[in-house]
Amino acid sequence: MQRILLAALSSALISTAAFASEVAPDGVAFGEDGQVTASLTGVAGDPVAGKLAFVGRKLGNCLACHINDDATAESFHGEVGPPLNGVAGRWDTAQLRGIVVNSKMTFEDTIMPAFYHEGGERILEKFVGTTILTAQQVEDIVAYLQTLKEE
Amino acid sequence: MKRLIKTLTCTVAALVATTAVYAGEDAVLMINEEITIPTTAPAPEGSPLTELLSGWKFRSGETQALQMDDFDNPSFIFIDKARDQWVKVDGTEGKSCASCHEDVESFKGLRTELPRWNETKGKMYAMENYINDCRTERMGAEAWKWSKGNMTGMTSLISLQSRGLPVAVKTDGPASTAYELGKKLYYTRVGQLDMACSNCHEDNYGVMIRADHLSQGQINGFPTYRLKNAKINSVQARFKGCMKNIRAEPFKEGSEEFTALELYVASRGNGLAVESPAVRN
Ligand code: HEC
Ligand code: HEC
Ligand code: HEC
Repeated sequence: MQRILLAALSSALISTAAFASEVAPDGVAFGEDGQVTASLTGVAGDPVAGKLAFVGRKLGNCLACHINDDATAESFHGEVGPPLNGVAGRWDTAQLRGIVVNSKMTFEDTIMPAFYHEGGERILEKFVGTTILTAQQVEDIVAYLQTLKEE
Repeated sequence: MKRLIKTLTCTVAALVATTAVYAGEDAVLMINEEITIPTTAPAPEGSPLTELLSGWKFRSGETQALQMDDFDNPSFIFIDKARDQWVKVDGTEGKSCASCHEDVESFKGLRTELPRWNETKGKMYAMENYINDCRTERMGAEAWKWSKGNMTGMTSLISLQSRGLPVAVKTDGPASTAYELGKKLYYTRVGQLDMACSNCHEDNYGVMIRADHLSQGQINGFPTYRLKNAKINSVQARFKGCMKNIRAEPFKEGSEEFTALELYVASRGNGLAVESPAVRN
């Protein structure tokens, strides 16, 4: 019991700590080409957690639109966007971060959702004031994308 | 066995080829081995599409087959119930649908024209509106809920009378305001995923979105039985589903917005043959 309480407390502490140094969705600074140079959290991304957020249907759900040969354990990869195989060789970290935060800053009018962005028309009530991914999940996914190098 | 082979080749084709645009591209929709229903049509004037394609063309061989025989099509269980309802007295006036309309076949062609402008009521009317007017104003019975079983069964029975006829909704005259509203809604990005209907059904039909083969989002097959929820789905319930998927607050069924959207989407399929009751995954 005590242990559960402690664990809950410390994770609450960690998340507020992380929150304090986090860049808010409307505070992200984009470069001219849509790139985001600074980390959103200051905490290095974890590529293993990033892969989980990448495939999670309620998280990135990136496979809805992208083929990724590194994630063949998951069936059904969509084809709306380009395959992400070797994507680390095509874009640098800042550009990848920009694409995941808000790809419209890189690709005008794209269908790809902005994963760290608040606002829009007729948002379902339970999602108002939330982002699809947390700042750390974005960092994790960016770290994961950097592992996708052409063999 | 033949059916199995067809299914197999479809699956293999879908796996191998990103070049082949849709599964079952060459499949022909023949129902009960006697009625052939065209699943393509030339795009109407001013259409953003090059060719109209029924949603049937985008489904797997197995799902396609369920629509090819009325004994296999689960909609007909509900249509049989609606036939019973048709002659059943309901409400304070002691009347059934049959008391006034005689044969349901008299509704042949109606599906192709709806939604349309109702001059008496001064607003756009979908089939559900007409049925509920008859129930509340002429039978003294309670209105049916827009997408509940008794309503979707009845709209399926009535729509079936138009199977094979080309969709032909009117978009001019008094319907033009609704048409413009529907068009605006179709192209407006909504929801946390910030997408418009057009992003998926106009810009990306023919490609896979996860496990789903994106179609043009046509409504010539509605009401439609879906394997996913094992019931008949109204057009507007389908719109609701697509909006929720992009985390958007849907409009209410029967609202001015959704009926306008229904008119606009129907008009994008003007010329496609009515397939109601279609089967989808
Ligand atoms: C609704 C479909 C959709 C979803 C979901 C989606 N993307 Fe995309 N993505 C696209 C499209 C389309 C493009 C191509 C850009 C354009 O619109 O021209 C793209 C481009 C990209 C690119 C650039 C690829 C290249 O090689 O140029 C990256 C990287 C990327 N997406 C990552 C992601 C990640 C990571 C996720 C999940 C967090 C994701 N996408 C989810 C549709 C999507
Ligand atoms: C008391 C007679 C009466 C009963 C009972 C009745 N209706 Fe009607 N119905 C009408 C009349 C009258 C119209 C209007 C015709 C018009 O305005 O052109 C109509 C119109 C309709 C229409 C629209 C037809 C069109 O061409 O616009 C539909 C659909 C319909 N009824 C279905 C039903 C159903 C289903 C039932 C049973 C649940 C039912 N009706 C019961 C009298 C009745
Ligand atoms: C994220 C992509 C996406 C968006 C945005 C979207 N839909 Fe869909 N829709 C789908 C998918 C996936 C299906 C199931 C496969 C198919 O038929 O395309 C579907 C199915 C449909 C169908 C059924 C087609 C049939 O043949 O049975 C209709 C109608 C439809 N959508 C209308 C709409 C309307 C109207 C909007 C805008 C309010 C919309 N959709 C927005 C993805 C989308």
